Amino acid sequence: MSFPSKPLDGCLVLDFSQYLSGPSAALRLADLGARVIKIERPDGGDDCRKLYLSDCTIEGESTLFHAINRDKESFCADLKDAAQRQNIHALIRKADVIISNFRPGVMDRLELNYDSVKAINPRIVYGEITGYGKEGPWKNRPGQDLLLQALSGITWLSGSANDGPVAMGVPVADIFTGALLVQGILAALFARELSGEGAYVEISMLEAMLDFQFEPLTILLHDPSQKIERAKVNGAHTLVAGAYGFYRTSDGYIALSMGQIKDLARLLDCPALLPYTNPSIAYSERDAIKAILADHLPTQPTAYWLSKLEPEDIWCAEVLNWDQLLDHQGFIQLDMLQSLPMQKGTEIITSRCPIRIDDERLWGSKPAPKLGQNQAAIQNEINNNGAYNEREQNA
Amino acid sequence: MLLPLKGITVLEFSQYLAGPYAGLRLADLGARVIKIERPGSGDACRKLTTKDLTVDGDSLLFHTINRNKESFCANLKDSEDLATVRKLIQKADVLTHNFRPGVMEKIGLDYQGVQSINPRIIYGEVSGYGDKGPWAHKPGQDLLAQAVSGIGWLSGNKNQDPVPLGLAIADMLCGTHLAQGILSALIRRKKKNIGAKVQVSLLESMIDLQFEGLTTYLNNGRQMPSRSEIANAHALLGAPYGIYQTRDHWIAISMGEPGQLSEALALPELNVSISEAFVKRDQIKKKLAEHLKTNTTAHWLERMNSHHLWASEVLNYDQLLQHPAFKALSIPLTVSRESNNGTGNPVNVTTTRCPIRINGRTLSSPRAAPTLGADTASILEELQ
Repeated sequence: MSFPSKPLDGCLVLDFSQYLSGPSAALRLADLGARVIKIERPDGGDDCRKLYLSDCTIEGESTLFHAINRDKESFCADLKDAAQRQNIHALIRKADVIISNFRPGVMDRLELNYDSVKAINPRIVYGEITGYGKEGPWKNRPGQDLLLQALSGITWLSGSANDGPVAMGVPVADIFTGALLVQGILAALFARELSGEGAYVEISMLEAMLDFQFEPLTILLHDPSQKIERAKVNGAHTLVAGAYGFYRTSDGYIALSMGQIKDLARLLDCPALLPYTNPSIAYSERDAIKAILADHLPTQPTAYWLSKLEPEDIWCAEVLNWDQLLDHQGFIQLDMLQSLPMQKGTEIITSRCPIRIDDERLWGSKPAPKLGQNQAAIQNEINNNGAYNEREQNA
Repeated sequence: MLLPLKGITVLEFSQYLAGPYAGLRLADLGARVIKIERPGSGDACRKLTTKDLTVDGDSLLFHTINRNKESFCANLKDSEDLATVRKLIQKADVLTHNFRPGVMEKIGLDYQGVQSINPRIIYGEVSGYGDKGPWAHKPGQDLLAQAVSGIGWLSGNKNQDPVPLGLAIADMLCGTHLAQGILSALIRRKKKNIGAKVQVSLLESMIDLQFEGLTTYLNNGRQMPSRSEIANAHALLGAPYGIYQTRDHWIAISMGEPGQLSEALALPELNVSISEAFVKRDQIKKKLAEHLKTNTTAHWLERMNSHHLWASEVLNYDQLLQHPAFKALSIPLTVSRESNNGTGNPVNVTTTRCPIRINGRTLSSPRAAPTLGADTASILEELQ
């Protein structure tokens, strides 16, 4: 077999985090081969267990929780209870990574902040997500995705000029923050291989959202006289010139990327574009260009326009919905879905890790754990490990 | 600790955003990143302007993505240059590229070829849609990856056409995933002394971005989510989740216990069961939208805050960049290089720093993006 091992085989992650940002980081570490144990409150666990998307549940828990927490174990502990904290300390001694996403101060009060944990295990890599950092007037605000979108300016990038603020319809702040935390944790794990020392890796959702917007923000930071404005019609990217956008056709929608206007005028048989073929006005006249195309493209079906543009290597695509995507060979060939067996014999279908290593896809193996599902086994490990440590010390 | 990737060398054959964004993050984390560029023109992103902005001959966009890197010019079709590049590969730890399928094979720099030069290398490859199937040769461009991924149907309101996300989100996530894969392979290499091939694609990254919604859809008999008629912010969440107009501006309202929400906003219609918040979502949101217009954002926020409910004002960039909360993060980073124009005068670009902090410190190299071939001579010298 060409696949020697998953890259993080042997790595133990303790995930204290809830909802999406931290748990999505832990999910990626699990995909890459780490063993992830969710440390959960005995009464209810991760609040995400009760957070519903639409009305869909599988074996009693929301599909959202299942999607985020597959391939993890669950161990319950009341972190305010000193005796139970000893269990956690025993796990920390064995662990490589900790993830938390509590508001500033919570892990301090539980004596589980980086300094406390480092005293127990100096090799640990401690990954921490906050909403807005530990300083500044927003530090105690809830780090919730929509609020981060609202405060970070990103709602003025999607849609068109008259739409008002438009939220991105996916939790981009959570997901992007989690993905960046993974980078920091992995870099620190790599450095630890040399130095033997752990590290404290921090990111706030606000900093992640600012990095996400580094293109428009660099423009404003570099030249404060600039304005970032959405197009009047068919907005797609505030900074890109010309036709760039999604357009209605007679039977669906087509995406036009960064093609030259002169090529579009000719290939789409759209003479109204001819006054706009000079590339130097493609940005300043984008509203006019888009309006002409929005008027012209509904005269033919999507396939017709694609047949004119694709052979000439003009960048374009059909705009699909999930039904169309999932039935498309382009998607099927990606082999992107996996089915995991549930306890009661049903199964859950979900997408896999987007990274391929050594030509192998990184498949999951188990659905999300029930609350405390691995309690006995992990408690056993803790007890045996304690006994083992004692034996070793006595020897 | 020193920067975590100190001592790691990355050869970046990638252009535009996805691959170079991974390179930027590896550079932030301490790697030495050398762009391998075509003589004369280099990374095509040097000429790709946003808002027609250039600095010292390169697009501001290029500066944004390529700060803290070096540039080495090589014509990969020239055998002598190619031999030099092979020497660089011998000493490198990581290589990334985003050429269309076949290009690296032709010059012997596909994974197998590179492995024969340096078996411990981590080889990172970015494509648009994977390497098989009808889309394998389709241009891997952000908006097109968004288009086929179905994401257009998640933002905006129900009566609107599909709405793309207003950033190069496929590129950025894909670059992030590439960096994750490379970093994990570097860890494995330390333990097992083996290299790796790491592949990502824009489309797989877009699927991953939608994993929550897709998982719901895949397990509920493929019921397509429906954007709400008003204040849509997440097609799969019930009322009131969304952004609403107030008398003077806008307000974002997240989730909360319906009874409390109803009390805080003095709107009895909000006091519904969780399941009604889904089923009657649009009806409730309409009522709420009318109601919120009757008073100011500050008024509603005060009421929400006093009930510990999650809501916030909606800021634009002008407001954000002036805000003490933004200033507290010390995000702006000024980077500098010697001008390309022969005078050698310094050229500064102010951009955003790496968002990750390690051991309490931000990572902020002052080095600007390289001029084309800025480091060719010194790197050749190193190879002697």
